[in-house]
Amino acid sequence: MRVPLSWLRECVDLPAAVTAQEVADQLTAAGLKLESITSHGHDVKNVVVGEVLEIEELTGFKKPIRHCKVEVGEAAPREIVCGATNFAAGDRVPVVLPGGVLPGGFEVGARKTYGRMSEGMICSERELGLGDDHGGIMVLPEGTPIGADVVELLGLRDDVLELEITPDIGYALSIRGVAREVATAFGVPFRDPAAVEPPAETEQSWPASIADENACDRFVLRRVTGFDPAAQSPLWMRVRLTRAGMRPVSLAVDITNYLMLELGQPLHAFDGAKLTGPVVVRRARAGERLETLDHVVRDLDPDDILITDESGPISMAGTMGGLQTEISEGSTDIVIEAAHFSATGISRESRRHNLVSEASKRFERGVDRELPLVASWRAVSLLAELGGATVQPGVTHAEVDVTPARIAIPASHPGDIAGLPYSKETVVHRLEQVGCVVTDGADPAVRSGGVDPTGVVTGGELAARLAVTGDDMITVTPPSWRPDLTDPNDLAEEVIRLEGYEKLPSVLPKAPAGAGLTEGQRLRRRVGRALAEAGYVEVLAYPFISADDFDRLQLPADDARRRAMRLSNPLAEDEPLMRTTLLPGLLKVLVRNAGRGFADVALFETGAVYRPREGAPSVAPVLGVERRPAADELASIEEALPDQPIRVAAVLAGEFERSGWWGAGRQASWADAVQAARLIAGEAGLELSITADQHEPWHPGRCAALYLGDTLIGHAGELHPRVVEAYGLPPRTAALELELTRLEAALTGPVDAPAISSYPIATQDVALVVPDFTPVADVEAALRDGAGELLESVRLFDVYAGEQVGEGNKSLAYSLRFRAPDRTLTVEETTAARDAAVALAADRVGAHLRTS
Amino acid sequence: MSDYDPVEVTPLHADEVARMEAGALEAIKAADTLDALKQARLAHAGDRSPIALANREIGALPPAARAEAGKRVGAARRAIGEALAARQAELEAERDARVLVEETVDVTLPWDRRPRGARHPLTTMQERIADTFVAMGYEVVEGPELEGEWFNFEALNIAKDHPARSEHDTFFVGSADSGMVLRTQTSPLQIRALLERGVPCYAIAPGKTFRTDELDATHTPVFHQTEGLAVDKGLTMAHLKGTLDRFAEVMFGEGITTRFRPNYFPFTEPSAELDLKCFVCRGASAVPGNPPCRTCKSEGWIEWGGCGMVNPRVLVACGVDPSVYSGFAFGMGIERTLMFRHNAEDMRDMIEGDVRFTLPFGMEI
Repeated sequence: MRVPLSWLRECVDLPAAVTAQEVADQLTAAGLKLESITSHGHDVKNVVVGEVLEIEELTGFKKPIRHCKVEVGEAAPREIVCGATNFAAGDRVPVVLPGGVLPGGFEVGARKTYGRMSEGMICSERELGLGDDHGGIMVLPEGTPIGADVVELLGLRDDVLELEITPDIGYALSIRGVAREVATAFGVPFRDPAAVEPPAETEQSWPASIADENACDRFVLRRVTGFDPAAQSPLWMRVRLTRAGMRPVSLAVDITNYLMLELGQPLHAFDGAKLTGPVVVRRARAGERLETLDHVVRDLDPDDILITDESGPISMAGTMGGLQTEISEGSTDIVIEAAHFSATGISRESRRHNLVSEASKRFERGVDRELPLVASWRAVSLLAELGGATVQPGVTHAEVDVTPARIAIPASHPGDIAGLPYSKETVVHRLEQVGCVVTDGADPAVRSGGVDPTGVVTGGELAARLAVTGDDMITVTPPSWRPDLTDPNDLAEEVIRLEGYEKLPSVLPKAPAGAGLTEGQRLRRRVGRALAEAGYVEVLAYPFISADDFDRLQLPADDARRRAMRLSNPLAEDEPLMRTTLLPGLLKVLVRNAGRGFADVALFETGAVYRPREGAPSVAPVLGVERRPAADELASIEEALPDQPIRVAAVLAGEFERSGWWGAGRQASWADAVQAARLIAGEAGLELSITADQHEPWHPGRCAALYLGDTLIGHAGELHPRVVEAYGLPPRTAALELELTRLEAALTGPVDAPAISSYPIATQDVALVVPDFTPVADVEAALRDGAGELLESVRLFDVYAGEQVGEGNKSLAYSLRFRAPDRTLTVEETTAARDAAVALAADRVGAHLRTS
Repeated sequence: MSDYDPVEVTPLHADEVARMEAGALEAIKAADTLDALKQARLAHAGDRSPIALANREIGALPPAARAEAGKRVGAARRAIGEALAARQAELEAERDARVLVEETVDVTLPWDRRPRGARHPLTTMQERIADTFVAMGYEVVEGPELEGEWFNFEALNIAKDHPARSEHDTFFVGSADSGMVLRTQTSPLQIRALLERGVPCYAIAPGKTFRTDELDATHTPVFHQTEGLAVDKGLTMAHLKGTLDRFAEVMFGEGITTRFRPNYFPFTEPSAELDLKCFVCRGASAVPGNPPCRTCKSEGWIEWGGCGMVNPRVLVACGVDPSVYSGFAFGMGIERTLMFRHNAEDMRDMIEGDVRFTLPFGMEI
């Protein structure tokens, strides 16, 4: 909302010394937040009224040029060259004298141009910062005093406050509403521009009725005839409209806009000559259409609220008028509509047709129900005064009975909410400043409609649940312009904000002792730290992916990861899916880093994936809000939502260990990815079982399935070369993805402290020959199981393949360390344990001791 | 048993002992390496050295002469031993000085064979905020990012036709009336906290949120917020202020307080915009004549988030009786907090994943 300060001052007795910034500060403190202040005309100087005495037309130039003598009230007339031709000798015009300044700091001097001296400039409206009109010189009314200061005369100087108006306070979308807040803030009188008394009328100005009482509860028509379509809007009106952000159009339209800005009541002007028969406010019928002012033919919805006559729809109520009945350049018979429509109805209509207008913005935020009679009267009065029209006697006034809300609260309620006691006098005074009527005792009334103008249910059971009772009850009837005040806390806010939020004390509450982070939360932090310490950099990629990502990942057609939740309004049309794997996002970030010169890169992400549940309903019900939903109602929402487990994934390429002056580095490989998985499981105190697997997008020969017992929790290894190619990744990029949620579920609780033996260690090394396809993990498991309890550790220290062990075989060299808790082991004991280990390995995987 | 003739035990003559001692001291002094000293030790102090042999002869002396001879030889042996030790120390010091100098390396050489990674500052910021509130007794609450519309809107008193709803540029999942959205705020976690935990409830809930904003320097469609919620008997706006003042001090330093301005959120009533005293100029730049401040644009305050008293309608929707319980809630953007706490100027840097941006933030923020 843009508010010219000069306009505001008409409605508030603000001391002259108060600046725009001071007004803005007060408004911001009251909840009408300042966005910006635009100053107009403060730099303008030396612009005076002149009378054109003589005009000499200069010839020989590409365009008409005039050399004028202009009387400006000085000793002698000024000579001024001018390129405009819309004025005549004797006209009074604004003249900027040499040394003068126009808006924007444009300085004007005396100079020679077109062969003549020019001592200043005759100005257009645009040059004076008054509007967009640059069609010619601004000709002032006859009799404007020569030499008068144009800045003062035309009100060039003004400050416009742009305020952010929150959706609850529709009344502040008007000068009237803002002025009321300013008056309260400064403690000065407010002059209500709506405080006019339209004459009592008995006749109808045009037959009209309300057919749907839920659509509209007040509908007013007034009519003028004999309007002069050529009448211009006065300068002051055009300037104010422009500064308030609206474009002047024509007098009739400008008047409706001006009053909407001033009062907050949207008005519509029909061409009376184009109306046929009685006007009815009703909902649309199936198949009805209307061409609106923006030349769009709209298919109407049965829920749309319409203004209709015998011809059918003529206007979309509170949103946009119809083209057919629009006033035009020749209209002389004008019917003004001022109404109070359902906020919810207009909100829906506006959204349904994607049509937001100044009118719909106000209606959906709540308009003062008592304005239509007044605003329409002021409109016809202005049409008469400025446009030479004759106001037709009579007024059409259709209305529905509405009981105003009455809310009962204990006088202490605002103070109880604030944590700062206010006296009853303060509470009553502040509520009265807002416009409420306050009486002693409890006498609440629930609004009959049961729905407040912003669509919130206020009726019945809910009102009872929200009621606050206590000693010294007061009953508050909010004013007609505050339909947002429906609940006890709404009243508390009014009192607290007017008393000042800055007066609230600062008191730290004593919360009961908490339990700290959960084990799962701790685990996620540990995993993040461990990966970062191991060289991985965390990224937070967008969770939006494309179906092409599944192809790039080489996922089979029936892969479960291809089933993804789809956004109906994605930001990028080609990425409408919610990720079912973290890898695409990470891979794209890896490519970006490589492209920026960081080819040795290791990244990780921890985040949710979104996995639709088999057989889930496609709709999550939207439940009521008047009570806590039952467990099965809540469950019906959860059933529709996808499973959203937390995963961790990592990708790496280039050198994982850097080369340098110390020698060669080491390329990132499948092994690093698998090791990272072990690291992650280690943070959970768990050991992974790792088996070879074939699972896209990994290399079929370099893919590890990661298990906790029998539960698969993820995969790690080198990516498939086709995946590498599809994403443009560095060769041999490796990746890991595992489900942290499953790891969390497997957390085993506190670690049992081991008993430490102080007896000496006995070490036995064995070299086993096995077929080269034998997983090392299996060999190690056999050694462990076979060696029995005396085994303290097994470590693979060499892998060898070559002639000495025969083709198709490999030799695995292990160091077995034995120790007993209670004695020094004998050579016989350790040898027996070693032999048992080797025997089991022979048995399970066909291993035999290497002899050479 | 052979006879003995004391006169014949020449090695024990005083002159002889003195000669041995002098010879030994001479050799020790002459030893210029540890090896040479070892030889000298063998020759002059070893088992076969003259003084050791002389020592053995003491027993051959008549008892009357033994004490004197023993004293003489002992003194010589002590002198030799001391000389040896001294020379040993001297030579070792020399060797150390020489060898360690030879072993000198360039300690400025790099050794970044396995550079450390880093955690994302948006993650660690969320953790820091969570920790601050955990220390006050709060618990960290989580919930789905792809959320039921009822949790994201209706239960928070944002009815379908409420103008506030259109201010949330919402991502819809499936069809527009599927009842599922990407949560536009962390506020649905208020609802989940109350439904799942009941009252009293002190919850902090950082998390990912989504709105259909195009990515630019100050907007991103995927961003992070933290929600705070306290519902208990007798909570007031003063408690809200106290909590946020404490939070501000912990995050930004002593003396950094908050300011409330009236605002509107459907799920709080009364509602307030939350400003933070500029922790760079500490409000000074707002006073005319003082140097300008880039962080707060010389306003003295920085917009940080929104807050208010939980709207009793929200309590009702969660089955909490507003005539017994009251509560407060607050929320702020994590990206925004990172931007002004760490002078990060462009939100794109936070989402693009360029390692150069993330690495300096290390493990904690």
